[in-house]
Amino acid sequence: MATVKFTEEHEWIALDGDVGTVGISDYAQNQLGDVVYVEVPEAGASFNKGEEAAVVESVKAASEVYAPADGEIVEANKDLEDNPGAVNSDAQGAGWFYKIKLNNVADIDGLMDEDAYKAYVAELD
Amino acid sequence: MSTASGNRALQLEEKLIFEQNSPGMTAVDLPNPAELTNVESRLGDVARTNPIGLPGLSEPQVVRHYLRLSQKNFAIDGGLYPLGSCTMKHNPRLNEKMARLPGLADIHPLQPKATVQGAYELIDMTAHWLKVLTGMPAVAMSPAAGAHGELCGLMSIRAALEARGDGRQRVLVPESAHGTNPASAHMCGYKVEAIPATEQGRVDLQALKDKLSDEVAAIMVTNPNTCGLFENEIIEMTQAVHDVGGLVYCDGANFNAIVGRVRPGDLGIDAMHLNLHKTFSTPHGGGGPGAGPVVLSDALAAYAPLPYVVHGEDGFDLIEHAAEAGDNQPYGRMKGFHGQFGVMVRALAYMLSMGSDGLRQASSDAVLNANYLMAKLGDILTPSYDGPCMHEVLFDDRFLNDTDVTTLDFAKAMIDEGFHPMTMYFPLVVHGALLMEPTETEGKATLDEFVGVIRTLAEKAQTGNAEDFKQAPIYTPRRRLDETMAARNPVLTYKPDQAAAAE
Repeated sequence: MATVKFTEEHEWIALDGDVGTVGISDYAQNQLGDVVYVEVPEAGASFNKGEEAAVVESVKAASEVYAPADGEIVEANKDLEDNPGAVNSDAQGAGWFYKIKLNNVADIDGLMDEDAYKAYVAELD
Repeated sequence: MSTASGNRALQLEEKLIFEQNSPGMTAVDLPNPAELTNVESRLGDVARTNPIGLPGLSEPQVVRHYLRLSQKNFAIDGGLYPLGSCTMKHNPRLNEKMARLPGLADIHPLQPKATVQGAYELIDMTAHWLKVLTGMPAVAMSPAAGAHGELCGLMSIRAALEARGDGRQRVLVPESAHGTNPASAHMCGYKVEAIPATEQGRVDLQALKDKLSDEVAAIMVTNPNTCGLFENEIIEMTQAVHDVGGLVYCDGANFNAIVGRVRPGDLGIDAMHLNLHKTFSTPHGGGGPGAGPVVLSDALAAYAPLPYVVHGEDGFDLIEHAAEAGDNQPYGRMKGFHGQFGVMVRALAYMLSMGSDGLRQASSDAVLNANYLMAKLGDILTPSYDGPCMHEVLFDDRFLNDTDVTTLDFAKAMIDEGFHPMTMYFPLVVHGALLMEPTETEGKATLDEFVGVIRTLAEKAQTGNAEDFKQAPIYTPRRRLDETMAARNPVLTYKPDQAAAAE
């Protein structure tokens, strides 16, 4: 079972070795409403933690998706371009955005685990 | 109950103009060129080989088509149009009369300068009013609308910085700024960084100061901001940005709240666009084009784009090339010609007919009307921020908590009540935003009617009638449209094959 961590900006990252799969949380997709467009990064692109790595647009708003840690994109979920609704139907599964090879896996130690994230979200409502 | 025709009295089902095509039908009877023996085509290999694809209709068909479409529109001429951040106010008919004067309507931008001195004088006079109202020394008149003006301002900033050999790359944009600001900065090649808002809905001054350095080219601040609030620490903000050598862009889309009250030049602003189409009452948003002149401080005036009107030796002159610009260093051109001249005519007619006292009264009344809505609705809706607002009032969806009614459902129910909804889900800094801007156009009777409807709907939502809201709108020619489907699978062009396939 991969470790899943969450950011305060509502990204999730599931770590497998030194490669993390990143998406937006179920809470985030619910807040956004129906997702109509997703822009994912190209494989090979590098990001620093907190930099805008993808864009998600819903009927209500456009939002940035940030890189949760420093690393290089190894794969992007191009299926989202044709099927953005996957972000709504399966945010923490088929709706993943990209896979990023982390420069340092310890970078995500400070992120929230699922319980901490649930508590964080409960505070927001 | 359905009718045989699909029409419902004056609500007529209107087909697309392409579906009314009778090939060969036309309103104009011209001789067929092929039958004119003395005319030879000079099109050569660019001659058209396929049908042009335009529908053939008679003149009455065309007139009826567009009249019927216009009857499906909601317009400020038809009623209160409280879209926050869009400033849908009355367009005085005097403006239209002036814009139709033959000497202003029937001229061409390439006419000899001596024949259009009046038009140059009009541009110059409009520019003068804008400079006086904003307390700024210069103005670029050519930008076509607000976002174009933002780009103009940033290009001026970039030109000024580069002229001093400064390659700063960062632009700071507060969360409470207009949504187009980051896009304009990005388009101008800058790296955009967000500044958070405080709980009072204003720029977090400390967060701004923490981000300032000699890498910051500019800040883009909207004042009054998109929460309808005046940034009361604006002078400290602009000083802090200037202290690190950066420049200040102000999004002037909300200038209509402070005309005659505040001069942006006194606040330390270096560039600000003015939406002539909003602040100065010209038809927009489907009713006509915008115009976004940009006032500039002394730091930026020399870099204003071409062309611009000057007082020459023989009357007014138009500077069209950098070589004619003397000490100025214009960075280029934003537009082919002088800007949206027809909008300038209307805006100047508005300014001259209102006078400076009338403009001050208009902005004061706009603020009064928004605060009237806040006072009358504040106990049943949930205002996002305490205290008075400026020209627009922001509510969030906390009043709908546990009702299963969303902001969208609420807006749809307003349509059934004959009101155009307010702006929804913007700004993003509050949850489920409802942003209302009544403008100075509306009198107390209209506002009271609006308040009555909103209060009734809010009570209905809070007493467990969610299903009624989910069904809305009921009385429109079409029921609720599938916005998600429209965004995911937009069909933007008519193709006869598709139409046949759909049937």
